Amino acid sequence: MIEVSGLSKSFGKKQVLRGANLRVERGESMVVIGGSGSGKSVLIKHIIGLLKPDEGRVSVEGKDITGLDEKGLYEVRRKFGMLFQGAALFDSLNVWENVSFVLLRDKHMSRSDARRVATEKLKMVGLAGVEDLMPSELSGGMKKRVGLARAIAYEPEILLYDEPTTGLDPIMADAINDLIIEMKRELSVTSITITHDMHSAYKIADRISMLYLGEIIETGTPEQIKNTGNPIVRQFISGSAVGPIKVID
Amino acid sequence: MVRLIELLGAYIIKFTEELGRVLLLLGNTTRLILLPPFEAKSVLKQMIEVGIKSLPVVLITAVFTGMVLALQSYTGFKRFGAESMVASVVALSMTRELGPVLTGLIVAGRAGAAMAAELGTMRVTEQIDALETLAANPVKYLIVPRFIAGLIMLPALAVITDIVGILGGYSVTVGLFGTSSTTYWKRTWDYLKMDDIYYGILKACFFGGCIALISCYRGFYSEGGAEGVGKATTSAVVLSSMTILISDYFLSAWLFK
Ligand SMILES: Nc1ncnc2c1ncn2[C@@H]1O[C@H](COP(=O)(O)OP(=O)(O)OP(=O)(O)O)[C@@H](O)[C@H]1O
Ligand SMILES: [Mg+2]
Repeated sequence: MIEVSGLSKSFGKKQVLRGANLRVERGESMVVIGGSGSGKSVLIKHIIGLLKPDEGRVSVEGKDITGLDEKGLYEVRRKFGMLFQGAALFDSLNVWENVSFVLLRDKHMSRSDARRVATEKLKMVGLAGVEDLMPSELSGGMKKRVGLARAIAYEPEILLYDEPTTGLDPIMADAINDLIIEMKRELSVTSITITHDMHSAYKIADRISMLYLGEIIETGTPEQIKNTGNPIVRQFISGSAVGPIKVID
Repeated sequence: MVRLIELLGAYIIKFTEELGRVLLLLGNTTRLILLPPFEAKSVLKQMIEVGIKSLPVVLITAVFTGMVLALQSYTGFKRFGAESMVASVVALSMTRELGPVLTGLIVAGRAGAAMAAELGTMRVTEQIDALETLAANPVKYLIVPRFIAGLIMLPALAVITDIVGILGGYSVTVGLFGTSSTTYWKRTWDYLKMDDIYYGILKACFFGGCIALISCYRGFYSEGGAEGVGKATTSAVVLSSMTILISDYFLSAWLFK
């Protein structure tokens, strides 16, 4: 249902993606792993049309989104929810208004109803009593979870999570893993999750893909990835500083 | 020499390119003003930011400008016995020039800087991207309310500056130099035409649009973290002020033929 083919992207002289290919089926939970700065965030920003590729295409439900005009793009984006790596909460709005942004704006829900939905979604990410705080009053991990609540608030069909468990304590991280699994099971959402956390990756993934030097070098189920013959992937998942991936290149 | 021409060429290309992008943004903004949803709440908030919060500085500037204008022209005009013209000088300068230009410069420094800094921060912290993913057009959500606020509040502030400036002139002419109150008001209205006031307001409206558009443009397209936001803010103020001063000449030449 989401298909990325031959995606290339450079910023100035720096080429980040070099013909990356990725296919995610409907209802599947795909996890993308890869080194810091390897272009994972850049990859998912292409999937939701925030960046335009230099080459290649991205199609969502069979529709190429790279050539869409503004109106078409906003229509496609309604299917998506995205958690940004840095949460990207609106700092002029309080927590519940952030969570209910779409409900208040597009769905014309009354403020009291929207607030009730926000409270419920915040509870799902393990937060209570923070509705009226401003984003600047939250810790990093709390921001992340508010960002997550905002992404799931309007029940999108596709969710993109950019490092949902980074910066959370291990117990909260596992609760978020469970939430991601629940979203998939109960609401049959299709999701792409970026993570460095292999424990989380094995738990939530139907399949795992690894991005390396601008390409997806391997895709497989958690079992296949654990038993991979690819030395690059093996080094990455075992978290070793020695191997084909150089720490400083 | 060749190097110089190259540099100049690059500069001109960059300028044209940026001008093109600003005009595109203008087109996009005006198109979106007419489309729902109407962000009444944001517009109101921005009108307060641009208008009400600039009011103290504007008032102080206006009253002292009116006063110094009266002081200087009185002592100057006295040399050839034209003291009675002071009121006319104050009224004409305030309405035609100083009202719109001074408020423009103040608002550029206050509200323009705030707009660029706010939008710049939203850009570098990915809040603008987040708006996009929530299918809210950031130009509609962020720039349109600021543009409308600029268009409406600058003329309003300019009118206040006109009035307060004239009152400042009054206080010096009547209070300090002992001209009679009736003479001052008579002289104020003798040479002042309605067109002076209208055209002054029109200029203010134009300046308000320019400040909002330029500042939003700078913030919206800023990049490179906190440093980039700082640069965007500075250049928004400089560019807005230059635009006001330069366009003021041409607008005046055109309007007050
Ligand atoms: N807007 C941009 N302008 C210029 N360069 C960019 C931009 N966005 C990303 N890059 C560059 O692209 C590369 C990949 O960035 P990206 O954020 O996708 O990494 P990542 O894989 O998500 O890393 P991390 O795991 O640390 O989040 C980086 O080297 C970064 O400098
Ligand atoms: Mg990233």
